[in-house]
Amino acid sequence: MKNQLHNLLHEDKYQEVNLLKLLRKIQSHYQYIPEEAIDFLAEQVGIPPANIIAVIEFYSFLHLTPQGKYQILLSDSITDHMLGKQNLMNYLSEILKVNTGQLRDDGLVSLNNTSCTGLCDQGPAGLINGIPLTSLNNSKLTEIAKLIEQQLPVTEWPEHLFEITDNIKKPGLLLDQAISKGAALKTAFGRGLQATLDEINLSGLRGRGGAGFKTALKWQLCAEESSDQHFVVCNADEGEPGTFKDRVLLNSYADQVFEGMTLCAAIIGAKQGFLYLRGEYQYLFDKLQNILELRREGGLLGENILNQNFSFDIEICLGAGAYICGEESALIESLEGKPGIPRNRPPYPVTKGYLSKPTVVNNVETFMAAAAIACRGGNWFASVGTEKSAGSKILSICGDCESPGIYEYPFGTTVQEILKDCNAQDVLGIQIGGPSGAFISNQEFHRKLAFEDLATGGSFIVFNNTRNIFEIVQNFIHFFAHESCGFCTPCRVGTSLLKNQFDKIVNGYGSAGDVVELEDLSKLIKNYSHCGLGQTAANPFLTTLQRYPDLYQSQLKKISYEPGFDLDAALDIARRMAQRDDCGAHLTQVEE
Amino acid sequence: MSNTITIDGRVIPVQEGQTIMEAATAAGVYIPHLCHKPGYTPHGSCKLCTVNVNGRNCTACTFPATDGLNIINNSQELNSDRQRITQMLFVEGNHLCPSCEKSGNCQLQAVAYQLNMYDNHYPHFYPHREMDATHSEILLDRNRCIFCTLCVRASIEKDGKHVFAISGRGINKQLIVNSASGYLKDSDIDVNDCAAHVCPTGAILVKRTGYQVPIGQRIFDNHQVSEIALNQEQEYGK
Repeated sequence: MKNQLHNLLHEDKYQEVNLLKLLRKIQSHYQYIPEEAIDFLAEQVGIPPANIIAVIEFYSFLHLTPQGKYQILLSDSITDHMLGKQNLMNYLSEILKVNTGQLRDDGLVSLNNTSCTGLCDQGPAGLINGIPLTSLNNSKLTEIAKLIEQQLPVTEWPEHLFEITDNIKKPGLLLDQAISKGAALKTAFGRGLQATLDEINLSGLRGRGGAGFKTALKWQLCAEESSDQHFVVCNADEGEPGTFKDRVLLNSYADQVFEGMTLCAAIIGAKQGFLYLRGEYQYLFDKLQNILELRREGGLLGENILNQNFSFDIEICLGAGAYICGEESALIESLEGKPGIPRNRPPYPVTKGYLSKPTVVNNVETFMAAAAIACRGGNWFASVGTEKSAGSKILSICGDCESPGIYEYPFGTTVQEILKDCNAQDVLGIQIGGPSGAFISNQEFHRKLAFEDLATGGSFIVFNNTRNIFEIVQNFIHFFAHESCGFCTPCRVGTSLLKNQFDKIVNGYGSAGDVVELEDLSKLIKNYSHCGLGQTAANPFLTTLQRYPDLYQSQLKKISYEPGFDLDAALDIARRMAQRDDCGAHLTQVEE
Repeated sequence: MSNTITIDGRVIPVQEGQTIMEAATAAGVYIPHLCHKPGYTPHGSCKLCTVNVNGRNCTACTFPATDGLNIINNSQELNSDRQRITQMLFVEGNHLCPSCEKSGNCQLQAVAYQLNMYDNHYPHFYPHREMDATHSEILLDRNRCIFCTLCVRASIEKDGKHVFAISGRGINKQLIVNSASGYLKDSDIDVNDCAAHVCPTGAILVKRTGYQVPIGQRIFDNHQVSEIALNQEQEYGK
C-alpha cells in the first residue's frame, strides 16, 4: 500500500498544513482512511498517529471505516425536509436495500444524512461521492439506483442529475455590474493603497459573514502588525443552513472575489492567500483553479502583479464537513491541518492567525464588495443602505416561496418587500440568518434588513402556515448538537441536553417545568460557550418561545412531572423474558 | 506605576503577560477551575473559571489581565452557573463517586463540593465508554474523563511524548491513546510520567496505590478545593 499511497499523494508536500488535503485524497481513493495510511502519513508528516485519527474523527467527510464505493448523502436542511427529503430517504433506502447510516453488505453503496449542502433553492439535494445532486425526486432516485447497480462511474452519469443553477432573481448594487477583471487593482494602484483603504473606510463596509466588523479597520489593524508574513483568507465555508449565496458568487463572480483578496494582500502586505472552500462545494474546485491560472497569466496574480513589485498567490483549500470551520479561528486551525476547534481570543487573527502570523479573514461577499469599492469609490457604496449598514446585502432565499434564489437588497429594505419579490404567500414566519439567527413571526414584517435590526449572513428561510414550529426548531437544535466541536463544556454537553430535552417536549413527554428548565439551559449555553456556535445554538428555541409561548405551553402535559421516556415500553424486554403480555405486565404512565 | 485589576471590588496588582487567573491566584483569590494548571499552556475549555470582565463573560485562565479591568468573580449568578457547568460534566460521563478510588482526592468532586452541588440536576447520558486496563501500572477509565486535556498537555509539554489525544467531535469526543493497538500497554507512557498523575478526576490512575489513604482522610474530605488549589498554585508561582 505504501507505493500506492505515495503515487496518490506525491504531488503534495508531506506537511501538517496539508493534512486535510492528503486525507481527502486517501478518503476518495479508498472510501475510508485505512490504518496503513494513518501510519504512512504519521511517518511522512512527522506527527503522532493519534493526532491524525483526531483529525479524521473530527470531520464528517473523513472515515475510519469503509464507506460505499457509491457514497450517498442526503442534505438534512429544514428546506430539504420541507421538500419531502424523508420520503426520498425512505425510498432510496428501500430500492438500494441499505439503511440510513449503513454500508451495504457488498460494499457498493452507503447512505447517510449530511448537514445543509447549500442547495436549498434547488432541493431536495444530496451528494454522491461528494458531487451535488439537485432537485431530487423518486424518478431521479430510481435512475441513480440503476446507475449504481450497473456500477457506472459517477463521471459518466447523465448531466441532468448534476445541474446547478445560479437562480439570481434580483441583482442589485454588486450583482448588477461586476467589475472588469483587473479594474480594482489598477484603480487601487493608481489611487494609492492607503487612499484605497481610506475609500473602503469611507464606504462603511462591514463584514458580510454576519458579525459585521468594519472591514477597513480589520485590514488596517492587520497591516499595522509587524511580521515577516501576513496572510489573507477568504472564508467560503458557507455552512449556515439556508445559505448558498457564496456558491453563486464563486460560480459567477470568482474573479471579483479573488481581486478583492489580492487588493487586501496589497494593502496588508501579504504574499499568500487561501480560499477555504467548504467540502460540499468541491465541484467548483477545478473551475476556480482555472480562474486563478488565468489571473496568473494575465499578470493579476503571482509574481510582480501589474508590474507593481507586488507578489501574491492564492491556494484553494477544501474543508471536509464541519460547520464550525466557518468560525474564523476554527477555519485557521483547519487550514493548518488540525481539527477545527476555535481558538481562545485574544489574540485575534489580525494579530495571530494562520501559523500565528497576522491574518485577515473575510467572507466571500466582503472581498467582492471591497473590490467594487476600490473601483467605484467609498461614496458609491455608502450612498446605499442605512446609516449604520452601508451598501447592499445578498440574500439566499428559500423555503415556502415561489421564486427561491439569490436576491440583493440595499440595507434598510423591509421584510415585507422581500416577501413580495420572492412571491411568498400565507407566511407564518421567517428564519433570518439561519439557525444561529432569529425566527421572526408574521407580525414583524415591517422590520428591516440591517445590522441594527435584522442582521444576517445571507440565510432567509420562509415558512408558510402549514409548517410546524416544533419541527423547524427541532431540526435546528439537532443540527447544532451534531456540529458542536465539543471543546467547551457548555456547548458540548449543553447542545446535547438541549436536543434531548427539546425532543422530550416535542414527543409529548414535556411537563410544566420543562419549558422553564429549557430556557435556563439555553441561557447557560448562550452565556458561557466558547464561540459563536454555542452562543447562538439556543436561538431557535429562544426566539420561537418568545413569539409563541402559548404554543409551547399547549405542548406540555398538565402534570408537574412526566418521565422523559415511555415507562411501559421500557418494560418490553422484561415482558418478553417473562413471556407475558397481560394487563398486569403493563404500566400506565404517571396518573393524569 | 504598576498595573492593577479589580476583582469583586478588591484591587490586585498584575504583572505584564499575566492572565486573570494567574493574577488572582498570586493575590490569593480563588477562581474555580478544572482544566487550568499552573505551568501548563492554558486551554480554556471547562469554562468553570468564567468571570465577568467589564460586563462580558471571559475565561479567566486565558484572558490577559490588562490594566484597569473590572472583574466579577464570586457572585451568586456566576457560582450558580458554575454549578450547572459542573453538573454537565457529571451527567456527561459516568461518575460514580462512592465506588471511585479517586473519591476525596478528585478535583471534579471537590469543585462540586465547593459550589454546593447536591445533585446532578440534568438527565444522565450514561454513555458507553471503554476502559483500558492493559497497562501493568496505569489504568485508564474513560468513564471519568472530562476532556480537560491535562494528560494530553502533560505528555507533550512535560514528558516530551504524545501518549494522549482527544478525538471525535461534540458529545462523541473521546480520549485516545497513541499506540499501534490503541491500548495503553503499547504506548510509551511510563508510570513516572506527569501524564500518569495529572488527571484531576479518576480517569487515569496508578495501579496498586489504591485506598492507601482511607476515605474520609483524603485531601478534599477535610479541605475546600479553594484552599488547596490556592496553596499549591501560589507555591508554584514562587
